Amino acid sequence: MLPLSFRKEVDPHIRSRVHLLVMLVTVAFVSLIGRLFLLQVMHGDWYTYLSENNRIRIKKVPGARGMVFDRRGNLVVDNRPSFDLLFVAEDAAEPEVTLKHLAHVLGREEKDFVKLLEDNKTRPAFGEIVLGRDIDWRTVVAVETHQLDLPGVTLWIRPRRSYLANRAGAHLLGYIGEVNPRQLKAQRGKGYLMGDEIGQFGLEKNWEEYLRGRSGGQQVEVDALGRRVRILHAVEDAPGQNVYLTLDLDLQETAYQALEGKHGTIVALDVNSGAVLAMVSTPGFDPNVFARGVSAEEWRDLVRDPANPLNNQAIQGQYPPGSTFKIVLAIAALEEGVIQPETNLLCHGSLAVGNRTFRDWKKEGHGAVNLHKGIVESCDVYFYQLGQKLGVDRIARYARDLGLGQIGGIALDHEKPGLIPDSEWKQRRFGQPWFPGETPSIAIGQGYVTVTPLQMANLIATVANGGTLYRPWFVRKVESLDGRLIREYGPAAIRSLKLKENTLEMVRRALQDVVNTGSGTGGRARSELVKIAGKTGTAQVAEMRGAIVKSEHLPYALRDHAWFVAFAPAEKPEIAVAVLVEHGGHGGSAAAPLAKKVIEKYFLLTNEPTPLQPKLASLLGAPRAD
Amino acid sequence: MQIDRRLISHFDWALFGLTLGVIFLGILTIYSATYSVTGEEVNLASKQFSWFVIGGLAMILTMTIDYHVIDRLAYPFYAGALGLLVLVLFVGSFGGGSQRWINLGVFTLQPSEPAKLATVLVLAKYLQYDEPAGGYRLRDLWWPALIVAPLMLLTLVQPDLGTAVVLFLVFMSVVLMGGLRLRSFSYLVAAGMIFLPVAWQFLKPYQQRRVLTFLNPDLDPLGAGYHIIQSKIAIGSGRLFGKGYLRGTQNQLDFLPAQHTDFVFSVFAEEWGFVGGLLLLALYFLLIAFSLRVVARAKDRFGSLLVFGMLSIVFWQVVINVAMVAGLLPVVGIPLPLVSYGGSSLVSMMTAIGLMMNVSMRRFMF
Repeated sequence: MLPLSFRKEVDPHIRSRVHLLVMLVTVAFVSLIGRLFLLQVMHGDWYTYLSENNRIRIKKVPGARGMVFDRRGNLVVDNRPSFDLLFVAEDAAEPEVTLKHLAHVLGREEKDFVKLLEDNKTRPAFGEIVLGRDIDWRTVVAVETHQLDLPGVTLWIRPRRSYLANRAGAHLLGYIGEVNPRQLKAQRGKGYLMGDEIGQFGLEKNWEEYLRGRSGGQQVEVDALGRRVRILHAVEDAPGQNVYLTLDLDLQETAYQALEGKHGTIVALDVNSGAVLAMVSTPGFDPNVFARGVSAEEWRDLVRDPANPLNNQAIQGQYPPGSTFKIVLAIAALEEGVIQPETNLLCHGSLAVGNRTFRDWKKEGHGAVNLHKGIVESCDVYFYQLGQKLGVDRIARYARDLGLGQIGGIALDHEKPGLIPDSEWKQRRFGQPWFPGETPSIAIGQGYVTVTPLQMANLIATVANGGTLYRPWFVRKVESLDGRLIREYGPAAIRSLKLKENTLEMVRRALQDVVNTGSGTGGRARSELVKIAGKTGTAQVAEMRGAIVKSEHLPYALRDHAWFVAFAPAEKPEIAVAVLVEHGGHGGSAAAPLAKKVIEKYFLLTNEPTPLQPKLASLLGAPRAD
Repeated sequence: MQIDRRLISHFDWALFGLTLGVIFLGILTIYSATYSVTGEEVNLASKQFSWFVIGGLAMILTMTIDYHVIDRLAYPFYAGALGLLVLVLFVGSFGGGSQRWINLGVFTLQPSEPAKLATVLVLAKYLQYDEPAGGYRLRDLWWPALIVAPLMLLTLVQPDLGTAVVLFLVFMSVVLMGGLRLRSFSYLVAAGMIFLPVAWQFLKPYQQRRVLTFLNPDLDPLGAGYHIIQSKIAIGSGRLFGKGYLRGTQNQLDFLPAQHTDFVFSVFAEEWGFVGGLLLLALYFLLIAFSLRVVARAKDRFGSLLVFGMLSIVFWQVVINVAMVAGLLPVVGIPLPLVSYGGSSLVSMMTAIGLMMNVSMRRFMF
């Protein structure tokens, strides 16, 4: 060996160990390659799915529902932008820290947000947790400003239904809500998905196919912080079609204000077409609550409220018509010729039929009463006698011809028919013949008779227009967003009454005097502005035998219902109104002034110039164009 | 200095070529990992290239000096590395919860990288003499254990568990290669098993959490398990041929942690697929195989052990890093040698390769 070799040369030990090492290193690398093979080749599709799932979020963009305008082009139902605050925990490295930071930014309790995270433990991966719906503007700004410090927190903008009439239009316009499983099944094939909104009541429900917007969607690529990088693919959403009502928003609000604090109904119809100008039922509800998503608690309160605020009493409430029913009697008597208009019948304040005595509302009686006076002073004894002469079956026929006791066919759900009794009905219902002693009650709209406020409005409209009974309707037309006419609606006559030439003329003259003469019961409806004709009604809830007790001295639930049906102008009628105030007492004092308010408002509005069509910009949430 | 012509004729082209190949793939991947669509941020690939140039100079330098001179410089080098590790305790800058870097203004130095080289140098120096008959017993190794222990302890307190583990594995590898009796080795393993629960207590909570979530990643999919899951998704979604260069969504959209350093392999595997991963691992395998040939052919024990020590640094780091990002081992901070971004690591690894080539070139010189 050479001099340098005081250092030891490589020994055979090392050489032999190298052979072993080559094997060990090979095993190690084969294991690593095996692992890569497993991940990339065997499970590659699964991890590809996960990586796509990581970066791609599907965002549904709900199409805005169509807007609703009133008969003068005022916006009634709109969409406004609303922000939901969402959180995707997977996008935050430390979700709790992010939520605590968010709570700090918003000045809210940390534990509220952290609790939400706990509550949503079972949500699917990358599922959104809703931190807040329809959050206020201040929160939106705060979140936007701190976006970078809030990984996983996003704002989602969506159109939210806005009912500008608030409570006033609640029953007619209805409300929307999330589609439920039953509806999903029924609407299969129409593209509804879980979480979509669908009309649940009123106009929103029955015009759903037009109002509904078509949902769009976006495939959005997000980065690890959940920030949107770009839109990969998008399906355009399309807004729904606009609906134009025959309703007058201002009139509706006037009617609502007139009834505020009372339980009652006002229906106003266009005399010459049956178009609904106003339809209010109180107590109502705020449909905007439904637009934001009604809570279980709110829903329970609404359903359990004994006043049934969700019911549209204009079509669902069945009340005895009281003296307003005398209009039917008068028409029937004139048509059947059972009496001459000028024939006087005597009223002593009561009438004995068989072993029963029927009282007049006026204890001392009205003296000699002809048809005109009978209507003007609402003499009960006069109409008891007309009832006797006509018999229940003839009364029932005329009542039905005038639209009572049957569904009128307005395009709203849950309409009730009311009840017009006759002998056949009595037989069917009770297995008994009709007793003549039951007829006087019917003659003054008591007993078995019940009607809905809409039916009474339609009846008085029929009297006013000369005998044509129209099907009540409230949608004038449907237009696409660009103004193309999709569908138009018009008046539809159910029937035209073939009446003698001056029957209605006589009745109308009497109704005019009910309001405009000193002895009339409807003096409180007299107007400086326009000549109103009408009829009062005071429907007994409990039959008071013996002493007459003033209604206001009774407990609330036993007080009489107050009615007033009217039309105006008396000579050339345009508007017909029916007012019902539940347990309001006398029709003349509790209901007539309300009818006057509505009618006066109608004529004030008619004299106003029609406003221009509101701009479509309001779709974007601009304030209502007045 | 006169350069022997035999040195040039014995230049180890295989090691050199493989090293350049791996570094090239590394810079390519760092470009992708720090690529930003907006192009606003500084791309680190060019910085890594500068480090490559510096590393090249270091490589030429360590190649040229006869490694027997390096034998004599082993302890001074060791002292220097130890000194830097002590220094980092006092003036080190913090990053990611630990104190690992010395800020030198122009760049930051990570003293744990030269510490790896120092460990190999002093071990090779000590073990270069003929092993005793029947091999070394534990008591024969008190001196090398004593000089390596401070390096490990100093990296542990930074804390840099990864480097400490590598130092330990390199120590064990070289000692075994140097002739540790197998029976003594089994005593050591047994003692290690006993002390493992004690060592557990010394781990930082975040390190404990990583080990636990490695054992069961579903324990905390959004917390400590997140990195493992995202890395596996990146690798797996690369499938056979990869998503294409600069097209790795896990990488580009920042789902991967530490894309350009510890998780650079995931980026590579996502964009180049199984085929790419196979290629990179094959390059490493060949690098190790060729250096094992140098171990077997080296002229003396010092040369053999020196090369073996260096290759064991490369081997353990590759295996642990790839196993870690592929979800086979808990997440510990260990860079992928020659590929991960970082000047200290690249320069010291290139120095290590330079030493290997040094030994390789001089195998026929007497």
